[in-house]
Amino acid sequence: MSSEKSKPTVQTTGHAWDGDLQEFNNPLPTWWLWTFYATVVFAIIYWVLYPAWPVGGSYTKGMMNDITYTTADGKTKTTHWNTRALLLKEMQIAREEQAEYLKDINALSFEQIRSKPEKSAFANSMAKVLFADNCAACHQSGGDGVMGRYPNLLDDAWLWGGSFDKIQETIANGRTGSMPGFKASLSTKQISDVSDYVLSLSGNEADAAAVKRGQAIFSGQGGCAACHGADAKGQDFMGSANLTDKIWTIADVSGAETAAAKKEAVMNVVKNGKTRVMPAWKGRLSATEIKILTYYVHQLGGGK
Amino acid sequence: MKHESIETNAGLLIVLTLIVISIGGLVEIVPLYFIESTIEKVEVEGKETIHPYSPLELRGRDIYQREGCYTCHSQMIRPFRDEALRYGHYSLAAESKFDHPFQWGSKRTGPDLARVGGKYSNEWHVQHLIAPRSVVKESIMPNYPWLMKSLNYKNVRDRMRALKMVGVPYSENTAEYEANVKRFGEDVAKNLDILRAEENLLAQAASGNYDGKADDVTEMDAIVAYLQLLGTMVDFSKFDDGHFADFR
Ligand code: HEC
Ligand code: HEC
Ligand code: HEC
Repeated sequence: MSSEKSKPTVQTTGHAWDGDLQEFNNPLPTWWLWTFYATVVFAIIYWVLYPAWPVGGSYTKGMMNDITYTTADGKTKTTHWNTRALLLKEMQIAREEQAEYLKDINALSFEQIRSKPEKSAFANSMAKVLFADNCAACHQSGGDGVMGRYPNLLDDAWLWGGSFDKIQETIANGRTGSMPGFKASLSTKQISDVSDYVLSLSGNEADAAAVKRGQAIFSGQGGCAACHGADAKGQDFMGSANLTDKIWTIADVSGAETAAAKKEAVMNVVKNGKTRVMPAWKGRLSATEIKILTYYVHQLGGGK
Repeated sequence: MKHESIETNAGLLIVLTLIVISIGGLVEIVPLYFIESTIEKVEVEGKETIHPYSPLELRGRDIYQREGCYTCHSQMIRPFRDEALRYGHYSLAAESKFDHPFQWGSKRTGPDLARVGGKYSNEWHVQHLIAPRSVVKESIMPNYPWLMKSLNYKNVRDRMRALKMVGVPYSENTAEYEANVKRFGEDVAKNLDILRAEENLLAQAASGNYDGKADDVTEMDAIVAYLQLLGTMVDFSKFDDGHFADFR
């Protein structure tokens, strides 16, 4: 920097380090100075309008008294600017805007919604968002579920019933499906036999003698019939699966290649049992949201 | 003091610089301690519903911090419409008053967790923590399979005592216990008793059986117990819409 060693016309701060290291004392650029003054003016206006200064146990609330919302008892309340009241106001405006559509959804029966394409489209598009935020983590975004863990909602087999009312009950209150394990009460041979019987119900090949023994266990010692019904079609008040159709929810029979693997899958369920929990949504979602989801899920899986 | 003597004394310059820049923070923070409505009062039938963690939940929280879950997850639902629709009611200051340090976070690689309690089943959490992509195909969350190892809870009393020193009302004698019964009700107060910490921890792990393994108390039990509690301490159906706006 030796070439710029001295610029005699410009003032310096008067300090010198290392003999000749000096600091210029230039005036601030004008544009900068005026911007600075402008921020000061802005701050003062801001203090007057918005909550700003602490005073004792409270604070100045500012003069922007422009947030108006409706309180629980139906009165309107106007308050100083704050994000919580602003949110309340925005939510109320949004609710009013949606009210026209939601009113109909609330008032109409499921069948009526189905018969009106416009309402049906509205319900479905709203349901897609709700489903993605709340249900997809388990039932997957398409609703096809995860074999063994989360039931497929696209097929027309329902553990807990596929009518609108049943589905609504499922979503609102949640469900716990519990299939007990039998490894303590039945021998491996018996479990093998009863599994053969179960497989035969949906048209899978199985040893005829074993099926016969299995049938006796199913309605006798095993106690399977008490839950799955004597016809093994399942009972939707306890979510016991229908064992006579080709649709499986826990034992991955359809995904197994060989007959041995199919049997293994069924035996595993009978041996170890399975308890699965569908959470209740009524505390988290509104009645209207649950209704919309019910409509959506019902038509996903050819509802009853 | 002359300007030059400050500029030529690095130590003094540092101290004075720190004082000057801390003023900016202090004027924003200190008044909040004196403003009465900073932390909302949340009482139902005369009892506070926001309470400190039980020993098991506390260990779960420690693991949440150890694993750095806060680097991807916030626990702070802001009062905006999009967040209210996706996550639920905005977070209250009161909801993190017993958190040291709080887990508000500042980065959302994954979703906010402030109200995840009760949203999923225990089974889902276990599966998701061990192998997130087995339930959410497109997830980029890391696998945490080692959470299935046994939980070390030997020092849980010391952890509670440490928190007690910074003002969390865990109890260590009858008077403190009675005060907690008054404040939170008996069921909660029992879990805040330092002297019964191990016993309570084992009991909660056994009755909750969060990880589906009955024979062992694992880190998974603790973290799932913690996740299932998040955001569930305030029953918003008991308060009017505008109630918590009145605190601002
Ligand atoms: C934590 C995972 C999880 C979440 C999240 C979840 N479910 Fe489920 N759901 C399940 C499980 C597990 C079952 C099966 C319960 C059983 O085994 O009986 C189930 C069952 C159902 C059923 C009954 C299926 C039948 O065959 O009868 C419906 C309908 C359903 N869920 C809809 C939903 C909707 C709608 C949502 C979102 C609001 C949702 N679920 C969110 C886990 C979940
Ligand atoms: C206490 C009632 C109960 C008894 C007893 C019972 N089950 Fe089940 N079973 C269920 C329920 C409920 C489910 C569905 C579980 C779920 O969805 O989580 C189920 C599911 C199954 C499944 C899986 C079906 C599928 O689609 O994957 C098979 C196989 C089965 N049971 C066979 C049996 C056999 C064999 C017996 C007798 C040894 C038996 N069950 C006894 C209630 C019972
Ligand atoms: C690299 C970033 C990252 C880290 C670290 C991380 N997560 Fe996640 N998490 C995600 C992403 C992305 C999702 C959304 C996809 C999914 O559900 O897996 C998620 C989802 C979740 C969810 C479901 C939230 C909901 O409402 O659907 C929970 C619960 C969760 N994480 C817990 C944890 C816990 C506990 C830890 C620490 C042990 C953790 N996460 C660490 C990225 C992360």
